Amino acid sequence: MFINYDVIVVGGGHAGAEAAAAAANMGSNTLLITMNIQLIGNMSCNPAIGGIAKGQIVREIDALGGYSGLITDKTMIQFRMLNKSKGPAMWSPRAQSDRRRFTEEWRLTLEAIPNLDLFQDTVTSLLIKGDKVIGVCTIMGLKIKSKSVILTNGTFLNGVIHIGNKKINGGRISEKSSLGITEQLKNLGFSSGRMKTGTSPRVDGRSLNYSKMFKQQGDNPSKQFSYLNTINLNHQRNCYITYTNEQVHDIIRNNLDKSPIFNGSIKSKGPRYCPSIEDKIYRFQNKDQHQIFIEPEGWNTIEVYINGFSTSLPADIQYKAMQKISGFEMVKIFKIGYAIEYDYFPPTQLNYNLETKIINNLFFAGQINGTTGYEEAAAQGIMAGINAHLKINEKDPFILKRNEAYIGVLIDDLINKGTQEPYRMFTSRAEHRMLLRQDNADERLTPISYKLNLASIERMQKLENKLKKIKSCLFFFENKDILPEEINTILKEKKLSLINKSNKINVLLLRPEISIKDIVSIPIIYNYIKEHNLNEEILEEVSIQIKYKTYIEKELKNANKLLQLENISIPSNFDYSIIKSLSSEAIEKLNLYKPFSIGQAYRISGISPSDINILLLYIHTKKKINKKNSINKKNSIFYI
Amino acid sequence: MNNDFLQNDTIAAIATPNGCGAIAIIRISGSIAIEVVDNLFNPINKNKKLINQPSYTIHLGWLYDNNKILDQVLISLFKAPNSYTGEDIVEIYCHGSPYIQKSILQTIIRKGIRLARNGEFTMRAFLKGKMDLSQVEALANLIYSKCEVTHNIAIQHIKKSYITDIKNLYKKIINFVSLIELELDFSEENFILVNKSDLYKTLFQLENIIKNMRNAFKLGNAIKEGISVAIIGKPNVGKSTLFNALINSDEAIISELAGTTRDALEHSIIINGLLFRFIDTAGIHYTMNNLENLGIKKTFEKILESQIILYLVDVYSFEEKKIHDIINYFNKHYPLKKILIIVNKSDLGNFTFKKNDYVYIISAKYNTNIKDLINAITNLVYNNIVKDDSIITQNIYYEALNGTLKSINNVKKGLYKNLPEDLLTIDIRLILNFLSKIIGKINNEDILENIFSRFCIGK
Repeated sequence: MFINYDVIVVGGGHAGAEAAAAAANMGSNTLLITMNIQLIGNMSCNPAIGGIAKGQIVREIDALGGYSGLITDKTMIQFRMLNKSKGPAMWSPRAQSDRRRFTEEWRLTLEAIPNLDLFQDTVTSLLIKGDKVIGVCTIMGLKIKSKSVILTNGTFLNGVIHIGNKKINGGRISEKSSLGITEQLKNLGFSSGRMKTGTSPRVDGRSLNYSKMFKQQGDNPSKQFSYLNTINLNHQRNCYITYTNEQVHDIIRNNLDKSPIFNGSIKSKGPRYCPSIEDKIYRFQNKDQHQIFIEPEGWNTIEVYINGFSTSLPADIQYKAMQKISGFEMVKIFKIGYAIEYDYFPPTQLNYNLETKIINNLFFAGQINGTTGYEEAAAQGIMAGINAHLKINEKDPFILKRNEAYIGVLIDDLINKGTQEPYRMFTSRAEHRMLLRQDNADERLTPISYKLNLASIERMQKLENKLKKIKSCLFFFENKDILPEEINTILKEKKLSLINKSNKINVLLLRPEISIKDIVSIPIIYNYIKEHNLNEEILEEVSIQIKYKTYIEKELKNANKLLQLENISIPSNFDYSIIKSLSSEAIEKLNLYKPFSIGQAYRISGISPSDINILLLYIHTKKKINKKNSINKKNSIFYI
Repeated sequence: MNNDFLQNDTIAAIATPNGCGAIAIIRISGSIAIEVVDNLFNPINKNKKLINQPSYTIHLGWLYDNNKILDQVLISLFKAPNSYTGEDIVEIYCHGSPYIQKSILQTIIRKGIRLARNGEFTMRAFLKGKMDLSQVEALANLIYSKCEVTHNIAIQHIKKSYITDIKNLYKKIINFVSLIELELDFSEENFILVNKSDLYKTLFQLENIIKNMRNAFKLGNAIKEGISVAIIGKPNVGKSTLFNALINSDEAIISELAGTTRDALEHSIIINGLLFRFIDTAGIHYTMNNLENLGIKKTFEKILESQIILYLVDVYSFEEKKIHDIINYFNKHYPLKKILIIVNKSDLGNFTFKKNDYVYIISAKYNTNIKDLINAITNLVYNNIVKDDSIITQNIYYEALNGTLKSINNVKKGLYKNLPEDLLTIDIRLILNFLSKIIGKINNEDILENIFSRFCIGK
């Protein structure tokens, strides 16, 4: 019934869909198995993609040749670039998407990929031979063989849904949970844990009184996530903001004992930065209101998502409390909010390529690794897809460094530090965020991905064209004089001090009050832009490179320092216990994690700078000795 | 991340043992070593540029800091790769006074050269393949112990007076960074947690403290004026006689450093290669009432600024059973100071008590056992106060203090210019980095940690 596949992807969420697409596009015969083929790439929580740090990740996925950005562009109903008032590292694209259109586009996208098959079934166990995975077994009793398997089970492994004291087995509301895999993996030696997350009620938009709320509109003109050409929105849907109040809080406070988080039925950890409404009210007694965002679920539907009101309280309490929110007096609920507990596998059990340390050719991506968020999941998915393909073709793994991508930060954090609560990306997790901007993800990643045979030639050509234009525009700005009479009217209008001798364009742009938009009307600049057909994207990046030059250079310098450590690799069979000067904690941790590089070793918690220095000595010594040994086999103490 | 041993920037250190020899060597290694010294160096042959000189040559001239002559020096050049570290090395042979050594080192550091860590020259030599395997374990041990805090009293004294404040400010700044990061990462929720004028105020406080600290270090008591030794005791026990005996002893060389003596009752002398500042004090009357005299107040000030206390008694008034009382008193009130009890006028009386580690019996008038006392003082210094790396440690602090001030300045400028917060944090994090060097390594506090319990965030 089935061919022998190269890659089987278990799960059709954001991680699974990207993983399957990447592996297939690189040439692997790929099968995606999902419980419900209608719900590929489903957004289980709010209908939005991107946001701070997450938007950057989506741009990175796109630059690598993934689909999350393209699909968001095709299905978005509102676009905003967040944080425009901050430095460019903080600019973050965010979109509201049409939930149903989103899954539809994912389905159509996957259907269009030649090497990719889809199959609706539930995987209950893995086929293991020795220390290698060779396929999967399904609930239908089918055995499907493959060279590698990527698990992207999301919240489905032993998922339990909580609403008040009701407990329902399930991976999402009205969907079954997945049993068997956790138990099998535990028997194979994996350790697992439980995490908790939650989601908000969906309500009938017609029942809300928007006149009592604040309107939040999209950017005009809108922008896109993808570096490929996608079209701008010509109209957008609005979101609304309202607030809870003491009446709402009182109802919730009086019913805390009915919430499974408080009465003890949920013991696992949820994300602190995405607390349920009952958690917010309990923990922040002195806050008399909390913000609530009303997000439309699509172009045409009347259904709206109540962001900020994630809850696992009983349905009647949810209803009573919501009724007291300003604008919600007549609210009609479509779907109630709920909390869900699920199994995850501490990601410290993975290598950099997201392959498990215990079972060869088995990869994990998404919430199974303790993360949260569509973007984080999709990012792991594309990386697991690429790496599964590389592994079975006996090629070097594809690893992104912390100074190359948020995706690099994400995976590095996960496998070296693990996570105690659902892991979400923040810009503050990226020590070189100045380099990891949404405007340059293509420059950072498309060339690498093109070499891997994933990013298309079209992407590469677009990038080369963009870089060429940026370079010549920078050259023009650095060398062209602007006369006082050309700029002073603009300065006067902005009530800025006038200039009395000519300035180069880049010098003018260095003034914080002057943006590129202010000077595009100056004839010589205007003509240059027209002649060279420069779009807004290019002008913006030119402006970033001029205005933030010193900061970018500072970060580059820091990153290069770090890179020196990353580039010193540690042999995989290195035995740390021979180094007497290392602390015993360090020896234990290093033998456990088996870091690939000194840089990675440094990030493992409990490893001190002096441990690293000692390690450096031995690594260098060993290399030197190895060199000598090829001529003269002596000094075998250091020879492992 | 800061891994000193992988940096290829230029480093400098005093290569000769700590203290006052005839000549000291300052070694500089790295790509800008020659260039930096060239700019400070005024050779006898005015047309000479070090940069054009061949390796293994030696050059006479003066070192300048701006227009001020630092010293007449000899400079030798060892060019890469045929040098100890495999990099360009400049060695400056200067006169041995600690003051001169320090001034030269500080001038070099201001020109963008970093102070070498313990073993760093050796480490570089090793990394460039200049050492053999047998030295590795020794080097590893050296690095392992490098974080050990020096017992230099001077530093501890200065540190102690500021450390609590700095730690508090450090915490405050961590808090500011966390809040700024939180504002940034949750800017969709539109809250403002950071009060910029509070941040400015905190920076201002920190700046003042750091400046004070720097002044204390910069040619400060500890460095410029030597190890201070206060002679205290009741009136007429022979303090001034001892003072004179010490400064006139054969071992003592009167310091020629200008301005090192504060008043007639202080004298700087060099003994066994160490610079001391002996301070005579007014006699302490335990029965005196508070208003009686300013002298006594001054005596207590002298005790505070000294590192070693010579507590002088005479054979008449001394009772052996009080030794512990006295020692306990000083340990309690001046825990960082070393104390010696000296029983004077041994020529005058019979006594039954014996000399021990704390108690010395002398006759200042007849120079009896003065030499023993001097040896005891220098041993105290060598054993407790100065370790070999004390100069280094002081300069690491100095470097960190300067770095902090520079970063504070950048943040203040940024605040003034209304710089976006994400850019501001780059320099605020640098401040924290430098401060952690001053106060010792603080656990890597996750910026996002601890905050979730205080602020309600997240949709």
